[in-house]
Amino acid sequence: MSGRPRARRTPLPYGLVLPAAALLLLALGYPLGRQVVLSLQDFGLAQQFGQPPDWVGLDNYTQLVSDPYTWQVVLRTVVFCFVNAGLTFGIGLGIALLMTRMHGIVRVATQVGLLVAWAMPVVAALTVWQFLFDTEYGVVNWLLTRAGGDFDHHSWLLHPLSFYAVATLVVVWMSVPFVVFTLYAGLTQVPEDVLEAAEIDGAGAWQRFVHVVLPAVRPVLLVVGLLQVIWDLRVFTQIYTLQKAGGVTHDTNLLGTYIYALGIKGGHFGTAAAAAMFMLVLTVALTAPYIRMMLRQEED
Amino acid sequence: MARRTSPAVRVVADVVGIAVLLTCLFPVYWMVSRSFLPRNEIRSPDPVWLPFGGNLDNYGRVFAGHAFADALVSSLSVTLLTVVAALFFAFLAAVAVSRFRFRGRRTFILALLLIQMIPAEGLFISQYKMLEGMSLLNSVLGLTLVYVASVLPFTVWTLRGFVEGVPRELEEAAMMDGCSRFQAFFRVTLPLLAPGLVATGVFGFIQAWNEFTLALVVMTDPGKQTLPVWLVGFAESRTRGVDWGAIMAASTLITIPVIVFFLLIQRRMVSGLTAGAVKG
Repeated sequence: MSGRPRARRTPLPYGLVLPAAALLLLALGYPLGRQVVLSLQDFGLAQQFGQPPDWVGLDNYTQLVSDPYTWQVVLRTVVFCFVNAGLTFGIGLGIALLMTRMHGIVRVATQVGLLVAWAMPVVAALTVWQFLFDTEYGVVNWLLTRAGGDFDHHSWLLHPLSFYAVATLVVVWMSVPFVVFTLYAGLTQVPEDVLEAAEIDGAGAWQRFVHVVLPAVRPVLLVVGLLQVIWDLRVFTQIYTLQKAGGVTHDTNLLGTYIYALGIKGGHFGTAAAAAMFMLVLTVALTAPYIRMMLRQEED
Repeated sequence: MARRTSPAVRVVADVVGIAVLLTCLFPVYWMVSRSFLPRNEIRSPDPVWLPFGGNLDNYGRVFAGHAFADALVSSLSVTLLTVVAALFFAFLAAVAVSRFRFRGRRTFILALLLIQMIPAEGLFISQYKMLEGMSLLNSVLGLTLVYVASVLPFTVWTLRGFVEGVPRELEEAAMMDGCSRFQAFFRVTLPLLAPGLVATGVFGFIQAWNEFTLALVVMTDPGKQTLPVWLVGFAESRTRGVDWGAIMAASTLITIPVIVFFLLIQRRMVSGLTAGAVKG
């Protein structure tokens, strides 16, 4: 922070922060507390119609933990998350690196393309990709049939594996632009003179990349990687929409859609709240190192 | 760092660049071009790659009935209300955080960073219960409440950077010339914050306009649905008839405002989203 801090004690800053803090407490803090309570209650349809909920302790959790399906969903969620985050990150880094080597015009064109893909609203992108992979009128089936495959009227969403492949394609297509823009911005900050010095000292391209470029962009790589993990862990819209379009819900649920199915669809709010706690804990577990790093930075 | 690139590397890079460009643009091209095509051309055995002509019939079917208009009204109300409320709350908080030292300041800043990590998908069940208890299901106000909370941390964080970017000396100079502290702030600092307010406002707009999960959970009444929720329902209800033309037309309509706004604030999005890591 620049400038002199105001030493005078005044209630003004508290007044200024209060509305924002109050709103966050109401819309996020209260539900978080409520969710913990809810996860310890038997809250089903009867309670929805006015019957007071019973305290059941950890029953909701034991019920979830002892159900193999829960673990299947958690495993799917984690695998989906890492596959998607990994692909997005790898492809994004590759494009960003190559972008530093392109002709100026090609680079600008690439950036415009990425920007358009990035700007596309999730649901609009989903309907288009659904159309591209449509059983009857999809271009993908047409192309693959033309290429000699047996893809006439092939249904992509029916089998879990190809369902996830389509979902992954959509997620990666939408997420790569952010990674490219951020990493490219980081790469252009790598000091030129250090690179030159390394080259004069006889460092090859690979050595320069590992010893100069990578350390310089490490903080950016870290944030982008972790944001990707957070975003791909909570993926909901893509799975929900593709399920509606023909996926088998039971075979394709991830945590987000499972919570939705339990609570909003099934009316088992207690169990759903417990499952939602799973997602929160999973997020904390996967992002704890990053949060610790952030706290340390903020202290400086 | 792009000096002396060997010709071979450059060719590879350019080829990849063009491939990326095509991969990014093709779905968008397909969406827009199909939205003007009559049904028989969309369904022709061989795809029409370069359509010439076409008409607005698909758009006509989107606008048939009240559903699209209702969803548009819902989306616009929630989005605009979210932007205004988020900017107001965030602006006050950003000024406090960047212009004052006070007890709890650091805690507040850290809380903002941590809150940004909370996945909405891990909280929608209890947010639903809360809004239900407040009789705010199917209400613009209820959805706005949860939206404002979700964009507020980013907005405060970004605005804080903008406020810090305006030198305090400018305000002090105005005060020497006889302005009160408030006058100095509103006449000198506020106008300089306009770009920051626009950038964060547009960010809030895009978030609220695109959001799907909470809208799906909170707006269950078909007449109250926002555009994304309506579109998914529309695509589903059309599946049997497979009216891809109308679905593409609707998707195009939803996409246009976002693309326009996105081009405006692209740079800010990149620096803003990673601000937490790069700068404390």
